[in-house]
Amino acid sequence: MSSVGPLLTFAGVTKRFGGIVALNELSFAVRPGQIVGLIGPNGAGKTTVFNLATGAYPVNAGDILFEGRSITDAPPHRIVRSGMARTFQNIRLFRSMTVWEHVMVAQPTKGSGLRHVLPSSWGDPAARERAERALSVLDLGGVRDRIAATLPYGLQRKVEIARALSAEPRLLLLDEPVAGMTHGEATDLRDTLLRLCAGGLTIFMIEHDMPFVMKLCDYLYVLDFGSLIAEGTPDAVRRNPVVLEVYLGKEAHA
Amino acid sequence: MLLQQVINGLTLGAVYTLIALSFSLVMGILGVLNLAIADLFMLGGYFGLTVVIGGHSVWLAIACAMVGAAILAFVVERVAYRPLRDAPVIMPLLSTIGFSIIFQNVALNLWGSDPLQLPDELFDERIAIGPASVGVMQVVVLAVAIILVAALAAIVQKTWLGRGLRAVAENWDVARLLGVPASRVVSAAFILSGLLSGAAGVLIGLHYSAITPFTGVDTGLKAIAVMVVGGVNRIWGVLIAGPLIGIIEVMSIVYGGSAARDMVVYGLMILVLLVRPQGLLGGTRTEGQRV
Amino acid sequence: MSTYVAGLLADVGIGLLGGLSVYIILATGQLSLGNAAFMAVGAYLCAALTVLLNLPLTAALVIAAAATGVMGIVVGFPALRLRGIYLAMATLGFGEMTRSFFLNFGFTGGANGFHGMQPVSTLYIWAWAAGVLVLVTVLERSRLWLELRAVNDDEVASGLVGLNATAIKVGAFGFGAAVAGLGGGLFAHHRLYIEPADFGFEKSVEMVLMVILGGSTVAPGALIGSALLTILPEALRVLVDWRFTGFGALLILVLLFRRQGILDRHLWRRLAGRRGAAP
Repeated sequence: MSSVGPLLTFAGVTKRFGGIVALNELSFAVRPGQIVGLIGPNGAGKTTVFNLATGAYPVNAGDILFEGRSITDAPPHRIVRSGMARTFQNIRLFRSMTVWEHVMVAQPTKGSGLRHVLPSSWGDPAARERAERALSVLDLGGVRDRIAATLPYGLQRKVEIARALSAEPRLLLLDEPVAGMTHGEATDLRDTLLRLCAGGLTIFMIEHDMPFVMKLCDYLYVLDFGSLIAEGTPDAVRRNPVVLEVYLGKEAHA
Repeated sequence: MLLQQVINGLTLGAVYTLIALSFSLVMGILGVLNLAIADLFMLGGYFGLTVVIGGHSVWLAIACAMVGAAILAFVVERVAYRPLRDAPVIMPLLSTIGFSIIFQNVALNLWGSDPLQLPDELFDERIAIGPASVGVMQVVVLAVAIILVAALAAIVQKTWLGRGLRAVAENWDVARLLGVPASRVVSAAFILSGLLSGAAGVLIGLHYSAITPFTGVDTGLKAIAVMVVGGVNRIWGVLIAGPLIGIIEVMSIVYGGSAARDMVVYGLMILVLLVRPQGLLGGTRTEGQRV
Repeated sequence: MSTYVAGLLADVGIGLLGGLSVYIILATGQLSLGNAAFMAVGAYLCAALTVLLNLPLTAALVIAAAATGVMGIVVGFPALRLRGIYLAMATLGFGEMTRSFFLNFGFTGGANGFHGMQPVSTLYIWAWAAGVLVLVTVLERSRLWLELRAVNDDEVASGLVGLNATAIKVGAFGFGAAVAGLGGGLFAHHRLYIEPADFGFEKSVEMVLMVILGGSTVAPGALIGSALLTILPEALRVLVDWRFTGFGALLILVLLFRRQGILDRHLWRRLAGRRGAAP
């Protein structure tokens, strides 16, 4: 099996929007069992990486592999079913659904088709159990029957993560998971993510909150203008002069 | 014979062009399909034909129909569109269907389901052109359509209102920031489309020499096909699509039996929607615009 | 039960099927203004099977529903390319094309219509209508329906959380079309005479109206809508000529003040809950 190899691999991936090169022959790998961060200034192409990985956009050149198999140009739902789920930077919850419905709808279909069309409350205790688990991991049990889109921002982010988890991924992509969260919520989330990682889940995240990233991640990739400019452990990246220049340069202009 | 058919097709096409313009003014600028236009056009026909049958001139009839339809179009805008401006695009579509139902029902009750006929002597005068001949009324239809299209073009290209319309079409919020009175411009778009559809109603009455409460569905809906074929977001595409479909329709009656008529027209519309959403004559493809 | 009441109830039942056919497709966010076309195909096919081939009605209905379902799937694929108003326009065109098809091709009687069907009982119509309503109401509590709602709420996100939006949208078109075809088959054997004018744009609009008025977020809304559009004009006979003006005004009022229709999820849950609690 390829389980010792990387979970997600970008091999020379290029993405253009019109005449603009968003990603330029980008290559990197996310190894299993780690929490990997993707950082870089605004407009560096971070979310584009997620959108390509999950099949939201087609790739112009290069190959994307998940567990060694090419998923380039596969439809999004098939990519999710192969074991990769994500959250969205600009939260995209289903506007008519309760929190409970969010963790039910994203689950992979298991067992007979009949169970799929019968009321969830009649049968399929396994599905309800999986939903309960996703809720309890993120401590959302108290708001299960609320319409998710009416919850405070921090809770909406957690619903997104719970929805992604209920798809039972081996790789979880988080796009700015703590944006809009209070300090306390962010700390709680960090503990949750560490627990999930210890349980065997690999996490790949985009995040602007540097202290959060530095404390949490095992490995970092730094993206600028669609190319990798640095990679390594948080400590190594923190001391990397190129990274310092990109970030300090930004701040000097701001 | 062929020339005769082409002339008939052109007059029908001229009417289609006017109604399609009235659809695409609202659609192209606001991204909303105002289905009430189909029956607004039918009502315009009744207004006008009533005036003609009352012994007045065709010109007065057209003026009355235009004013009447414009007032109703304004009511549609205020009641069915404005409160739903921020709702999903399907909502104003359905609310204008509400008006469409009301208009048709009102016409049915006021004038009955039998066609309202124009007196025959109105169509007696004909002008010979070689082997073919044109009724004076056909000339009137073509002339009025051309004048109205030219007037609309002048308004859109040359006046502050036209600039406002184009600004709102581009971006509602930016237009407002630039000082365009966006909601007044929207009302104006509806009123302009009402003026056109009212006139078109009289013209279709002159073309068929009669009008029924179902003219809205029969002819008005076909104008949607003309708009689509011309390109939904390109107002002026209908100038070619209108005559084209008019001629196709007349020809398909001649050569395919009236059987094929609606199938050809609506088939063409579906084909354009699927294959060339920018319209038959459109340039580059604009994806996902106002969808 | 008098024949008059029975006929009225039969109309409600057939209307319910028409409304449900729109409702199922609308559940995925697709507005069809051409469902009368599916009804027409179901009606003509079912009638041809019983009249020309002497098939028993139930078998003919099943075949007609299955065939229109397949047709719905065939229509559903190109429909994927279109959204909102563009889909509404294309389905409108499809409806007019289908009406024109039946008007112009001789084997269905053309403008003269088609007849020779044996009448059916109101009870038989309601067995089908109630059966489909119960089926859809039960389906609404399933995982599958959650998926339909997800596609309606945010199609892109639904794909990115693992749902096959294509299959769901095309499937809904097929299912909705089959229900319309079933309604059409029953319509043909209730009216005993069908003509293309029965299945025009107005019919498609009427089906949409039932759902929008009755309630577009729960299946029983279609029942309310169908009952409203069928029984109200009979109850207000004095105003019978003006009933469509009333419906048009009601449609606008509902869209302005209660966009989800008369019956919504909240109200339905309360009604259903109270009934469930009763001994």
